[in-house]
Amino acid sequence: MNDDNPLTILVADDSATDRQILETIVARDGHRVISARDGREAVEAFERERPDLVLLDALMPNLDGFGAARRIKALAGESLVPIIFLTSLTDTDSLVQCLDAGGDDFLSKPYNRVILQAKIKSFNRMRAMHSTILDQRDQIGRHHEHLLQEQTVAKQVFDNIAHSGCLDSNNVKYFLSSLAVFNGDILVAGMRPSGSMMVLLGDFTGHGLPAAVGAIPLASTFYGMVHKGFTMTDILREINGKLKSILPVGIFCCATMVDINFQRQRIRVWNGGLPEGYIRRAGGDPPEPISSTHLPLGVLSNKDFRDDLQTLTLNWGDRLYLWSDGIHEARNPEGEMFGDERLKQVFLDNEDPQQLFDEILDRVQEFIGKGERNDDLSLVELLMDQPERVNAFAAEAERRSRSSLSEWSMNFDIQPSSFRAFDPMPLLLNILVEVPGLRQHSGKLYTIFSELYSNALEHGVLGLDSALKNTPEGFAQYYELRQARLDAVDKGYVRIHLHHSTDDDGGCLRVRVEDSGPGFQPDQDTTRHGLEQSGYSGRGLALVEKLCDAVRYMGEGNEVEAVFSWRIDV
Amino acid sequence: MAITSTLSNDGSLLTIYIQGRFDFSSHQDFRGSYESLAKPPERYRVDMQETTYLDSSALGMLLLLRDHAGGDSSRIEIRNCSPDVKKILTISNFEQLFDIQ
Repeated sequence: MNDDNPLTILVADDSATDRQILETIVARDGHRVISARDGREAVEAFERERPDLVLLDALMPNLDGFGAARRIKALAGESLVPIIFLTSLTDTDSLVQCLDAGGDDFLSKPYNRVILQAKIKSFNRMRAMHSTILDQRDQIGRHHEHLLQEQTVAKQVFDNIAHSGCLDSNNVKYFLSSLAVFNGDILVAGMRPSGSMMVLLGDFTGHGLPAAVGAIPLASTFYGMVHKGFTMTDILREINGKLKSILPVGIFCCATMVDINFQRQRIRVWNGGLPEGYIRRAGGDPPEPISSTHLPLGVLSNKDFRDDLQTLTLNWGDRLYLWSDGIHEARNPEGEMFGDERLKQVFLDNEDPQQLFDEILDRVQEFIGKGERNDDLSLVELLMDQPERVNAFAAEAERRSRSSLSEWSMNFDIQPSSFRAFDPMPLLLNILVEVPGLRQHSGKLYTIFSELYSNALEHGVLGLDSALKNTPEGFAQYYELRQARLDAVDKGYVRIHLHHSTDDDGGCLRVRVEDSGPGFQPDQDTTRHGLEQSGYSGRGLALVEKLCDAVRYMGEGNEVEAVFSWRIDV
Repeated sequence: MAITSTLSNDGSLLTIYIQGRFDFSSHQDFRGSYESLAKPPERYRVDMQETTYLDSSALGMLLLLRDHAGGDSSRIEIRNCSPDVKKILTISNFEQLFDIQ
């Protein structure tokens, strides 16, 4: 709004002469004038015409200027309608009374034209600024409302993902405050098919949307993998890699992940950047800290990521406590932080472990004081209990008995036209790493498969003799011959048979490789001493034997079976 | 896979870099990297920073290099192995034949 725009100005004065003078001054500057002879008329004119500015005589019949000013200000509501009192009064009290009644300024009689014009201009600028502020405030309000609406919808999605696990199990107590629709903390818990419970408490740098954006892939990866029985290191790596690739530098997730094995009374912990948690023993020993030993999730590339875990024995009745930094950083009205010492004292003061969770929250709340609440405070208690008393454990056992891929087998035949160009290893490995429990062994499995396959192909199908490899020239010749025979091959097969079964502690993969060749008599000495000998060949089977529990030859020696067993917690 | 090599300025150290899978298909390139030199270097370094996997034929190729370099008097170091690669070398007792780090 330009401050030279013509305004509508209400002039209220009971003296006709004064009114005339004012009207003339104001009209000369191009403004439109409305006149009133007393306070009541002034209020009526205001209601009718909504002028931009009011010039009000203080002393008038019917309703004086003070009363009129109050009514006009009330009618104007939020919009700024400047009122300038016109007065012959000069005592301090009267002038203060003008301002108290809602007047914005006063002008003493007799009028100075130049000053009046300057004041009108000045107030017009103020009016314009006021109206801009109101517009912007309303705009911010609308944006905010819109944002809250969006966040409410997003939170529903988020809650559906984050709370799909077993946070409601009877051995878990948790408190997650969320004064903002989103906070930066996330808590997820799920059961592995083996019956151990995995819990992850994370604290994203930042709050609100950026934090929640990272929380969604974290939660969906966590649940996707926990239910399939992947190990903690597999899950941590997957989450780390995902966060690293999607989050901007500087946003990451401090987290503690725990795997609770109720049967063995043992936990495995990984803490990357969260404050140290505490173990409260049922016996009442001093709390034992679980310190951060790693960088947060989403900082390092998976190549540099460290996934070594702490293993701790927790007896039935022992409790583990985790929190985000919200507890340590909770402040009292004096600005002091709750801190480590006070937290530790709560543990030392505790007599009944069942009350400890509430005691921590109460003490923090008490410290913060009334009327103030921290918006980012997370606390989790995990009780190590007898498996039969943990309801999530029973639910998982029930689920598993209905729907688990505990035993399967498959056959994979490679036909002559495929030998030349096709490498079956990537395909088979891709299948195997999707089998829970096998992923972490992919390196070993690759070696086992490719050595067995090379043997079957080169000796069985192509009929190559490894004795050829005894000299450097022969070594080269061997591979030239391999290529030549491969180019010409038109019959034969390599058959790979896989059989996988699982039990409570792990599983067993049997790999049987059969080829169309005449077979051979395995020379016990060759395989047993294959790694100590000095020739250029013959190490393949010996490697396989080292990596497997057992290797045996079947049929005419054209069939070999390798048994590879794995355990869940190794 | 790709095999590249560099010779130090004084010709005393040959470094062979192995990218990707180290198996029979690299045989020609691997052998070419040290057999083509006019004057044999005193020391060899096999850099496995970029090596994703190694099979038993690669073990044979390393032994070929070792014999070419003088057998027991050879000086060959293997560097920057990934855990998987190192495991294969360890299982095969190659630490007794090569300087592996």
